Amino acid sequence: MHGLYNFVRGPLAWVAFILFVGGTLYRLIAMLVIARKKDNVVFDYFSLFYGLRSIFHWIIPFANRNSRQRPIFTIVTFAFHICLLAAPILLLAHVLLWDESFGISWWTLPEGVADIMTLIVIGGCIYFLWRRLTQPEVKFVTFASDFVILAIVAAPFITGFLAYHQWLGYKFWLILHILAGEVMLVAIPFTRLAHMIYSPFTRAYMGSEFGSVRHARDW
Amino acid sequence: MAEGQVIDGIYFNEVWEDAGLDEGTKKLTPEKIEKVINKVLEGETGARLKVYVDTCVHCGLCSDACHYYLSHDKDPTYAPVAKVKQTMWEMIKKKGRVSPTFMKRASQIASTQCNVCMRCAMYCPFGIDIAYIMSVVRRICHFLGITPLYIQDTAHSHAVTMNQMWVKNDEWPDTLQWQEEDAQEEIPTLRIPLEKEGADIMYSVIGPEPKFLAQLLYQAAVIFETAGLNWTMPATPGWDNSDMAMYTCDNEIMGRVKRVHFETARRLRVKKIVMGECGHAFRSIYDRGNRWLAWKMHPVYVEHAIEFYYNLLKSGKIKIAKKYEESVTLHDPCNVMRGRGLYEMARYVVNEMCADFREMEPNREHNYCCCAGGGVINCGPPFKMTRMLGNRVKAEQIAATGAKVCISPCHNCHSGLEDIVSHYKLGVHVKFISDILYEVMEKPGAV
Repeated sequence: MHGLYNFVRGPLAWVAFILFVGGTLYRLIAMLVIARKKDNVVFDYFSLFYGLRSIFHWIIPFANRNSRQRPIFTIVTFAFHICLLAAPILLLAHVLLWDESFGISWWTLPEGVADIMTLIVIGGCIYFLWRRLTQPEVKFVTFASDFVILAIVAAPFITGFLAYHQWLGYKFWLILHILAGEVMLVAIPFTRLAHMIYSPFTRAYMGSEFGSVRHARDW
Repeated sequence: MAEGQVIDGIYFNEVWEDAGLDEGTKKLTPEKIEKVINKVLEGETGARLKVYVDTCVHCGLCSDACHYYLSHDKDPTYAPVAKVKQTMWEMIKKKGRVSPTFMKRASQIASTQCNVCMRCAMYCPFGIDIAYIMSVVRRICHFLGITPLYIQDTAHSHAVTMNQMWVKNDEWPDTLQWQEEDAQEEIPTLRIPLEKEGADIMYSVIGPEPKFLAQLLYQAAVIFETAGLNWTMPATPGWDNSDMAMYTCDNEIMGRVKRVHFETARRLRVKKIVMGECGHAFRSIYDRGNRWLAWKMHPVYVEHAIEFYYNLLKSGKIKIAKKYEESVTLHDPCNVMRGRGLYEMARYVVNEMCADFREMEPNREHNYCCCAGGGVINCGPPFKMTRMLGNRVKAEQIAATGAKVCISPCHNCHSGLEDIVSHYKLGVHVKFISDILYEVMEKPGAV
């Protein structure tokens, strides 16, 4: 068990981070190269001002019509995404690992708050699962891969929650948690989780077209 | 109306007979399909399509943007993302190895169940441009020869005559002369100047105006005359600004048509082109055609009729004699509202002309599409019911205003709304801005 822990905590973590960072850079560079080669129009019409204007209207809850039309979804998805990003980065246990390995640390969340945020992420996953299973417009465009992606996102939070509360064997959940986190990191550049990488660009491009060419609002 | 049914393993939510689709599909082979799909995907698409497909998380948030989806009681097969699922995702996943029946359904979706109005782009949190994806599907269908028959015929007309309606070279000046003579009975000094080099403005219209809406030419001439403008119309091909080849994604023809239009304006050395109340023509001149010809923006300034009337009223060149009394509402056409942001100008013009203006909800960029644009009405009678059943929300939206007149500053919207008004028995008149402006403006030169 201890050897396995050292393996997932050591070499495997390196592999996961290298694949995550390398994969993200690869996807970004590949996108820019192919855009330069075959979609130059994207650069011609790109506008930083209108791109950012559009992004602001979509990263602020209720700042666009669609999010006002769907208040429950908006609250869930914003809470989900904020917790998804903030909880792992600001978790005391994670920062201790950074400190232990590289001697760097930063502000952390109180443990109780991180615990609630973890539950919010898991709750968000359950909500998204419910939508996929019951809402016809979502169900119709749901593939097996969508459930796999949802599971990849939920797994580190479920296992992390169980490890923190030390039910049924701390070490076991901890190793699973680290593994699940590594799977998720690697999955980001190589699955539809890539929306994390791409969405600022798609949003900014549409914002540019609407702002500088169409003189209209896209929210 | 045929109910939804499964044909050769492909689900069709509507089944209509159309010679272009039916006969075209019979000539398809799997090899040809595979070759064309890959040729278009590899040769003509790049980062946008790839990133759009990889970024979409299948969340379905675009659904409520679509009038087809809303009008069909939220039938999921009409949701924007569902249209991508039933077309592009499958083509990419199977690397072009899809069946002829699949392609027939893909053509039906892209050409008749999507108006490329881009409302969904405003509902996708990532700003994914589904209209663009549907255009790529249309492009593939164009190469495969499975474009619906009526719109294909229109594209042929563009290719042969450089206008949309097979108007012959002598019929065009003939119609203008006839309208000029008629209008001179009202304003004796009125002229429709042809081929006047160095005029300030070239006025261009769409093919249907000389074909069956000649009174619009009359009204425009009265407006130009009254405002005292130095204007002209070309007597040669290039007078028509419309472009159905843009909607069949026959980009080569679109480029030819737009080049002739711009070159005509350059030949006449005009300062700007003013165009009649048409939406898609504006899109083709302002957005699609110029880009195909590698002009970032239009090479000659193009002013849509809304902006033109706005400037005339604002500057006092046209004055209102007596406001229009009947209650009116305004339909915001996608190509000049979402496409050019003319909504406040349109409201200024309507409020100047009319005493009782009532907003539709939602409005401006968020207005529901007319369901006729994007070439759908040009797919002709076989798909009329697609438009009627696909836009109940528009009928409800108009009815809720209680207005007696619906102003639509776009030809496609105008014709589509007339069909909707009659199908849903709304008892509303659909009018162009110029219909009302002509009626309420001061005409000092009139006898």
